[in-house]
Amino acid sequence: MWRFIGGRLLQAIPVILVVITATFFLVRMAPGGPFDDEKVVLPEVKAALEAQYKLDQPLLLQYGAYLGDLMQGDLGPSFKYPGRSVNELIGAGLPVTAELGLYALMIAVFIGILAGVFASLKPNTARDYTTMSLAMIGICMPSFLLGPLLVLVFGIHLDWLPVSGWGDIPGDKILPSITLGSAYAAYIARLSRAGMLEVLSQDYIRTARAKGLPQWRIITRHALRGGLIPVVAFLGPAFAGLLAGSFVVETIFQIPGLGRFYVQAAFNRDYTMILGTTVFLSTLIVLFNLLSDILAAWMNPRLRAQFGSR
Amino acid sequence: MSRSLTIIWRHALLVTVLTLSLGACTGGESNVEQGNRDGIFYYGNGSEPQGLDPHVVTGVPESHIARALFEGLAVKNPYTLEPEPGVAQRWDFSDDGRVITFHINPKARWSNGDPMTAHDYVWSWQRAMNPMMGNQYAYMLFAIKNAQAYASGKLKDFSKVGVKALNDLTLQVTLNEPTPYFIQLMDHYSTFAVHRPTIEKFGKATDRFTRWTRPENIVSNGPFTLKSWQLNRRLEVEKSQTYWDKDKVKLNGVVFFPTENIVSEERMFRVGQLHYTNDVPLDKLPVYSSQANSPLALAPYLGTYYYLINTERAPMNDVRVRKALAMSIDRDTLSATVLKGAVKPAYSITPPDTTGYFPPKLFHYDVEKARQLLAEAGYPNGEGWPGAELIYNTHESHRKIAVALQQMWKEQLNINITLANQEWKVYLNSTQQMDFDIARRGWLGDYVDPNNFLDMFLTDGGNNMTGFANAEYDDIILNQAPAAKTKAERLALFSKAETMLMEQMPILPIYTYTSKHLIQPSVKGLPTNLMDSINLKYVWLDPKADSDNTNTENSGQ
Repeated sequence: MWRFIGGRLLQAIPVILVVITATFFLVRMAPGGPFDDEKVVLPEVKAALEAQYKLDQPLLLQYGAYLGDLMQGDLGPSFKYPGRSVNELIGAGLPVTAELGLYALMIAVFIGILAGVFASLKPNTARDYTTMSLAMIGICMPSFLLGPLLVLVFGIHLDWLPVSGWGDIPGDKILPSITLGSAYAAYIARLSRAGMLEVLSQDYIRTARAKGLPQWRIITRHALRGGLIPVVAFLGPAFAGLLAGSFVVETIFQIPGLGRFYVQAAFNRDYTMILGTTVFLSTLIVLFNLLSDILAAWMNPRLRAQFGSR
Repeated sequence: MSRSLTIIWRHALLVTVLTLSLGACTGGESNVEQGNRDGIFYYGNGSEPQGLDPHVVTGVPESHIARALFEGLAVKNPYTLEPEPGVAQRWDFSDDGRVITFHINPKARWSNGDPMTAHDYVWSWQRAMNPMMGNQYAYMLFAIKNAQAYASGKLKDFSKVGVKALNDLTLQVTLNEPTPYFIQLMDHYSTFAVHRPTIEKFGKATDRFTRWTRPENIVSNGPFTLKSWQLNRRLEVEKSQTYWDKDKVKLNGVVFFPTENIVSEERMFRVGQLHYTNDVPLDKLPVYSSQANSPLALAPYLGTYYYLINTERAPMNDVRVRKALAMSIDRDTLSATVLKGAVKPAYSITPPDTTGYFPPKLFHYDVEKARQLLAEAGYPNGEGWPGAELIYNTHESHRKIAVALQQMWKEQLNINITLANQEWKVYLNSTQQMDFDIARRGWLGDYVDPNNFLDMFLTDGGNNMTGFANAEYDDIILNQAPAAKTKAERLALFSKAETMLMEQMPILPIYTYTSKHLIQPSVKGLPTNLMDSINLKYVWLDPKADSDNTNTENSGQ
C-alpha cells in the first residue's frame, strides 16, 4: 500500500512541473499584460512597475526565480492586489471554497446515492424513470440558472434564506451549497444506479437472496460496497472540481472564495496569482485523485487483497 | 419500497426540512433596518478594492474607500461639485494664476493624533510622482511646474518641482500654466497626503508591497478610519475621532461590499442588505422607473461611450466614410430600446454642461447625407465596400450596442461590418496597438473640465488611438486654452478644438453615460451629481423614513 502511495506521489511531481511550466509560459504569451489599463499608463510608470515585479528580466531567469521561490513555498506578490501575497489570497479564499465544496459534496453524496439506490431497486419502472429524469435535469441545469432560481424562490418570494454572503447571516450557506451540489448529486445518482444495477445482478447477491436475507440487509451489507465503487472513484475528481469550479456559484452569491480569485486572475493577467492558484489546485487534484484511488482500492476486495499481500 | 428505505427517506426529508427551517429563522432584522438604527451605511461598492494606498490604486471602487479614509486639501461639495475646504481651510491664487497657496487647517489631524502639515504634502507628492512608485495617476499632478520631468525620471532633484512648504501650515504650489481645474484635483486620491512615519515603518517610501494599509497599521486623515477588511467579503470603516470636522459626520460607520455581480447586488438591495447599489441592471430599469417613490436614482454622468476609428486604415482613412458611419447611427432609437432610455445620445466627445461648456453639435442622424457621403467616397449603396471589423471587449451591453449598430449600417448604408468580441486584456492590447478598424471605448472624466476629454486627442497622445493628429488642435489644448484670460475665452477655444476634432470624426460618439443607483428611502444627503461623487461626510440615515421594502418588493424578476 505504501509503495503504491509513494509511487503515485512520485508520478505527481513531473505532472505538476509540467503544469507550472506550461502555465508560466502560456500566460506570458497571452496578449495584454498586468499593467495594461483602459487609461494608458505612461511608459516610465510601466517600466517602474515591471521593474518592481522583475518583469524586466529575461523570461527564463524569471522562470528559474519562480521555481526557486516556489520550493520555499512563496507564490510571490499579487499583481492585481498590491501589498497582498498570493499565499495570503489563497489562504483567505481556500477555507471558504473548501467549506462550500464540502457541503456541496455532502449534499451531492447524500441525495445522489439515495436517489441512485432508490432507482436501481426497480429498474425500468416509472420510479426509475422519474428519478433518473430528475437527475438528468439536475446535470443539465447550469448553476447560473439554478442559483438565481433558488434565490428568487427561497430568498425573495418566500424570504426564508439570505440571497448572498457566506457566514455573514445564518442560513446563507444553504442556497450556494445546494446550487453547487445539485449537478454532482445528479451525476452521483446516475453512477450509483449503474453501479448498483451491476452488483445486484451478481451471483453473490442472488446467493444472499436465496439465503432469505431481507432486502435492506442485502443492500447495506452486500450491494452498496460494490455498487458505490464508481461513486467513490468519482469523489476525488469531484471535490477537486468543486474547488476549482465554484466560480459561478461564488459570483452569484458573492462568496469570498478561491474560485473568484482564480478566474479574475486570468482576466487581470495577474501572473503570479494565475500560477499560484493553478499550482495549488493541480496539486489538490492530484492528491484527491490519489485519495479516491486508495479508497476505491480499499472498497474492492480483490485489490485490497493485492495490497495486503505486498 | 422496502421498509428500511422508507425509513431512510423519511430521515432524509426530516434533515432537509430541519436545515431549511434553520435558515428560515433568519427573517429578522435586515442590514438596512439595523444600519438605520445604528448609523451604519451599507454600501454596494462594485468590486474588491485592489488596495488602499492612494498612490497605488486606480479604480472607482477604490476611490470611494480612499475618500472615506483620506481627505484632500479641498473636497467637492456633493450638491454643487464646487471645491470646499478639506485639509486646507482656504487657498489663494497669485495674480497670474500660476501660484496657489494652501493654508492648512491647524485642526487637521492624522488618525493617530499627529497634526497635518504642509511637509506631509511635499513628501507625499514626491512619493506620488516618484517614477519608482509606478503610480498610474501621477499625471494628475503634472500641472505643477517640473512635475512631469520628475515623474519621468528626467529631473532627479525634487526641490526644483513647484511644491514648497513655506511653514508647517502653508503649502505653495507653482503651476506651469494657470490651471482652473487644479483645485478639483485635490479631491482625487492620487493627490492625497499619506502618513510618512507609518509608511517608513513598514518599508521604503516607494514600496508597493508593504503592510502599511492593513487595519492594524494604517494611519489616515479622513472622516472615517479603517475598522476591518475581510478580503472579497466586506470592508468596514468607522467614524474618525480625530477628524477636524467630525461634528459634521453623521454616520457612525460604512460597510463596503464588493458587489461585482450587479444582478446579485440588486437582489441584496431588494432584501434590505444594502442601502445603496453601485449600479442597476439595465433590464430592471423599466420596472424601477415605473414605481411610485422609486429607489432608482439616474443622473447624467461625466463620461462618453464612443467608438474609436483607426484613421490610418482603408476605408476608414476617408473622412467621408467616417462621417457616413456617424450620421447613420440612430442614437435616439438605440438609447430608447437597447439602453432602456437610461442614456443621452452623444454627438461630441465632451459631455454637455461640463462646467458650463456645451460642445458643438456638428451633425445629426441624417441617412440621406450619410449615403451621399459614402457614394462620394466610392461606395454608392455600399458597392465595393471592402468590409471592416468592429471590436469590443466581452460584455453583454457592448455586444447589444454593436449588433444594433451593425444592423443600422447594413440597413442604411448597405455595408457589412463584422463584429469581434475580445477578452478585456486582448482588447486593450488591440486598441493600444491600433490593431482594429473600429473599437469600442468609454471615457469617464477625472475632473469636470472639457480639457479632460479633449487632451486625449493630442498628437500621439496615449489615449488617442485613432491616428488623429492636428498641430493647431495641439496648440489650442496645450498653449492657447491655458493662457486664456477669461472662462468664456477658454471655453470658446475648447469649442473650436472640438469642432476641429469632430470635423475629422476620428471617433463615433454614441451616448453620454448615466449613473444608476438604487438608494433606500432612509438615505439622506446623497444627491446625484455629474461626477457620481459621494461625500460620505454629508450622508445620514433617517430611521423614520420608509425603509422597509414595500416600494421595491414588486420590482421585476
